[in-house]
Amino acid sequence: MAKMKNPKVFAYRRENGRVGIRNHVIILPLDDLSNSACEKVAYNVKGCKALPHAYGRLQFGKDLELFFRTLIGTGSNPNVAAAVVIGIEPEWTQRVVDGIAKTGKPVAGFSIERHGEFKTVETASWKAKEYVHWASELRREPVDLKEIWVSVKCGESDTTSGLASNPTVGNALEKLVAMGGTCSFGETSEITGAEMVCQERAVNAKVGEQFMAVFNAYQRMIEANKTDDLSGSQPTKGNIRGGLTTIEEKAFGNLQKIGKKIKYVGVLDKAEAPTKPGLWFMDTSSAAAEAVTLWAAAGFVAHFFPTGQGNIIGNPIEPVIKLTANPLTAKTMAEHIDYDCSAILRGEMTLEESGDNLIQMLIRTCNGRLTAQEVLGHEEFVLTKLYESA
Amino acid sequence: MIHFLVHEEADNVGVATVDISAGETATGLYMDSQKKIKVKALQDIPLGHKIALTRLKVDDSVIKYGHDIGRVVADIKAGEHVHIHNLKTRRW
Repeated sequence: MAKMKNPKVFAYRRENGRVGIRNHVIILPLDDLSNSACEKVAYNVKGCKALPHAYGRLQFGKDLELFFRTLIGTGSNPNVAAAVVIGIEPEWTQRVVDGIAKTGKPVAGFSIERHGEFKTVETASWKAKEYVHWASELRREPVDLKEIWVSVKCGESDTTSGLASNPTVGNALEKLVAMGGTCSFGETSEITGAEMVCQERAVNAKVGEQFMAVFNAYQRMIEANKTDDLSGSQPTKGNIRGGLTTIEEKAFGNLQKIGKKIKYVGVLDKAEAPTKPGLWFMDTSSAAAEAVTLWAAAGFVAHFFPTGQGNIIGNPIEPVIKLTANPLTAKTMAEHIDYDCSAILRGEMTLEESGDNLIQMLIRTCNGRLTAQEVLGHEEFVLTKLYESA
Repeated sequence: MIHFLVHEEADNVGVATVDISAGETATGLYMDSQKKIKVKALQDIPLGHKIALTRLKVDDSVIKYGHDIGRVVADIKAGEHVHIHNLKTRRW
């Protein structure tokens, strides 16, 4: 591991000092009504990317705050070089533009009312073209690996996740955090059954209590809304097919992702950015696309995604590195998998070696290797909604 | 050859790393102590599924990762398949 002490990667240094590993120009709709205009701009101007989504109208209270935090966070992510925002009306559009502008990166807003979609698409396309030319001349520079913020979440887990792919992620996180890196785990509902063990992994009692407060709030939400014992949803049908039986079993397997020794330094609200290095717990859903969208909005630039039965999730701005230890999944779903660690199950590879291999894949991804998810065009941008709109 | 892995010595189930057939004497490895264990499989155990290492009675706890992962709801013999038909969560 001597050579792993402080590895360098080639990445983009943004105006605010943060580091990104991709160089996207995004066309971000404020609301569902503006998806069409954004997709037309992205068609006109090659090299940019529309991020259509389902919300942004008549939200209120904490749900609206989360909505703005997610949109502004997405535009502010260091994997984004520049952003064009299109909304139906100018006021909320400007709120998103002003939020992203705090990073110092190029951003401009356009609204459809009093212009119509044709005119909006035309003016926004000119701006997008300007941004793509500008971004295409930015160059990667050497930075420390520890500047790469990494989030972790598993999906369609089975018992091979708990045996090998999740512990591989845990081993890699131990090494990244020891370097001074910034990492995050979450999945509040899938800690059920292992919550006491998770609480003990907090850096101090106060942070442990913050975790329990978030966990208990989630349990109350589930109690208030459930119609049965939830065993129809947790574990999922895919989990059960893979041999996982109970939520407790799934939870202990899940926690293998944070390694054996690291203590988490704080608890983050959904899409909230960490304020210092270390491992952070984020209150997220366990639904893959929702959770990764929240980490991307919090500023994370790469994601480790161990899977058992083969979850195929991706994200439009935060590359998702997928690994599996299930030999059947590695064989039948090879196009989705970046790193096959099934050799651990055969006793042919140690967790130490596997953690190093995963960090090597992270370094290659930082340097420009496209992940399976990126090549396949899996761009699930899914906003978390707290309750119904007004 | 290893047919199943056991997370910790305290556990009373192992996880099949290959498909195990009924009647086969399966060899397991404890991941913490690296000790080996042999169990005669009484049922087919698909890859990823759990095999009982000891006899378990209704209301016993199934232990995996050294922790209680749920309640036994039908008696289980050593070598039998442990899954949703004989193990239930203590939550929800």
